[in-house]
Amino acid sequence: MKLLNHSTKYFALLLIVLISIWAVIFYFAMLDEVYDSLDDGLENQKELIIRAVKVDPDLLHDNEFGVNNYTIKRTEIDSHTKLKDSYRDTLMYMQNEDEYEPIRILESIFEQDGNHYKIKLITSMVEEDDQIENLFKYLVGLYLLLILSIVVLNNLVMKKVWKPFYTLIDRLKGFRIEKDDPIKQEPTDIVEFKLLNESVERLTEKSRDSYIAQKEFIENAAHELQTPLAIAINKLELLLEKNELSGLQTQEIGAVLDNLTRLTRLNKSLLLLSKIDNKQYLEEERLNVNTLVDSITNDFADFAEHRDMRINVNSSAAVSCMMNKDLAIIMISNFVKNAILHGETGKTVDICIEEHSVTIKNHGTNSALNSDNLFKRFKKSSADSRSTGLGLAISKAIADKYHLQLQYSFEGQHMFTLIFP
Amino acid sequence: MKILIIEDEPEMLENMRQTLEREYYTVETASDYKKASTKIGVYDYDCVLLDITLPDGNGLELLKQLKQLGKDDGVIIVSAKDSLDDRIKGLNLGADDYLPKPFHMAELHARVKAIVRRRSFDGNKLIEIGNVSINPENRSVHINDKEVTLNRKEYDVLLYMISNKTRLVTKTALAEHVWGDHIDQADSFDFIYSQIKNLRKKLTDATATIEIEAVYGVGYKLQVV
Repeated sequence: MKLLNHSTKYFALLLIVLISIWAVIFYFAMLDEVYDSLDDGLENQKELIIRAVKVDPDLLHDNEFGVNNYTIKRTEIDSHTKLKDSYRDTLMYMQNEDEYEPIRILESIFEQDGNHYKIKLITSMVEEDDQIENLFKYLVGLYLLLILSIVVLNNLVMKKVWKPFYTLIDRLKGFRIEKDDPIKQEPTDIVEFKLLNESVERLTEKSRDSYIAQKEFIENAAHELQTPLAIAINKLELLLEKNELSGLQTQEIGAVLDNLTRLTRLNKSLLLLSKIDNKQYLEEERLNVNTLVDSITNDFADFAEHRDMRINVNSSAAVSCMMNKDLAIIMISNFVKNAILHGETGKTVDICIEEHSVTIKNHGTNSALNSDNLFKRFKKSSADSRSTGLGLAISKAIADKYHLQLQYSFEGQHMFTLIFP
Repeated sequence: MKILIIEDEPEMLENMRQTLEREYYTVETASDYKKASTKIGVYDYDCVLLDITLPDGNGLELLKQLKQLGKDDGVIIVSAKDSLDDRIKGLNLGADDYLPKPFHMAELHARVKAIVRRRSFDGNKLIEIGNVSINPENRSVHINDKEVTLNRKEYDVLLYMISNKTRLVTKTALAEHVWGDHIDQADSFDFIYSQIKNLRKKLTDATATIEIEAVYGVGYKLQVV
């Protein structure tokens, strides 16, 4: 739920309570005023009638509510009879409405020529049910009007006020730490938003700085490792060249060399990854992917043969792509290498080149690989100690760099598909 | 044959010097920019191994200096910074080759020999060893004056082994040279065995006086019988 709607919801609830309480108070206040006014009217009428009776005693015989809205009856009083005016509500049949309607009645006693007369005056009353109904209708109207104005206000004014906030959220959504795209402040007069903007800017800058520092650290570490590695490898090679060692010693040194070579590969892979991340491969050319695949499969033919496998290339379309040639070779080589390395011996590796896509398929373990981890750095699918765990991560980084889609699926065979735009 | 090694890392320098001296080259060394600059100004070398990152200057400047002096020493840039930028800059400035660190000694020999061969203007461009003669220009191989047909990989293996004759060449070094860098993660380099086997057979069939022997599963060595 959006913030605006959220506040509107609470406003709506609060207004229901407020308006209901207000309606009750208003109703009673109004009713009180109406009674007051009616009672004043009745009393005034009473005075007029009493005065008129003095002039015209015939009026004393009006003892039915007929055309008049009063009756006068002779009455006896004793010490218990109250002489005060009394107002009551009661019902009376109304001709026009054809039903009993509430009326206000004033009863009073006055003295005329030594006799006491009881006078009753009536007047039509506010119909309470009608009154409540009307009040309810108008209040609902008011309520809706208020909600409507709040919504309109929110959408026009609040939206404008909250604009820096939504802009910031949009920018944060699109923020990628690896891209040099700092979040710029949206100018605003609102103190809270200014504070938020500043904090976000500081935070993103800090994260980016530490990201860059970390990347540089890996890069520098890899660089610094090159020379000692070179020295160590060359020293051992020199030792081997001298032909002074026994067979066992030669084998031991060979094993050390193998491991140093692995370390070198790992180091090179890390450097390659940081180079890709740093966009250090700028030269691009239009590459014919078909010939590239052919030359790579040719390079790997001996390796495949050694594993008793065959590489079939099935091209049904010409695919070309604008990218750096070295990176393209590395990307495709990694897939082919993996397919041979993890493929089942005696089976085939199939490479299908179709319109806009290249798929590399190999038989192997009879279940799908975990595609979440597949392209992550240092995630190895097998316990093979010789793999660096960076091959697919490098291919992914290259594919991302050139906006190629990379998909993995399993349908009896493991299939890696590159989709060219 | 005179070679100058310009390298600031003493151990690295010593390794290169040792291995090259075994080929009976005259090896001179310079460990900083100043010394190197003096040496290339005074002497001529057949091949200069040039480290780009020197403590007191950029190796590429030395390359410029060489070219300004009108010298045609062969230059191989040796760099720990395997950056495309440096490679292109170096080659544009007239370097003959670029060898990123770390490298195999066998690779160094192959590169140096290629430079030396390219620069030998005395007409004798043939590589001769035992009764085997190789013409690198058209990649033809003659054994006992009879032409032997080798496929590309067999030829590359043979030339590499000859460049490193009587030295133990590890399988890794051989695979990376012949099959390219991208083969690197292939689980083991045993797959090169089939090419070696075919090559050996061709050499034996032509009664060559060289043979490639396997060394304890570590690598191979070319011997003149």
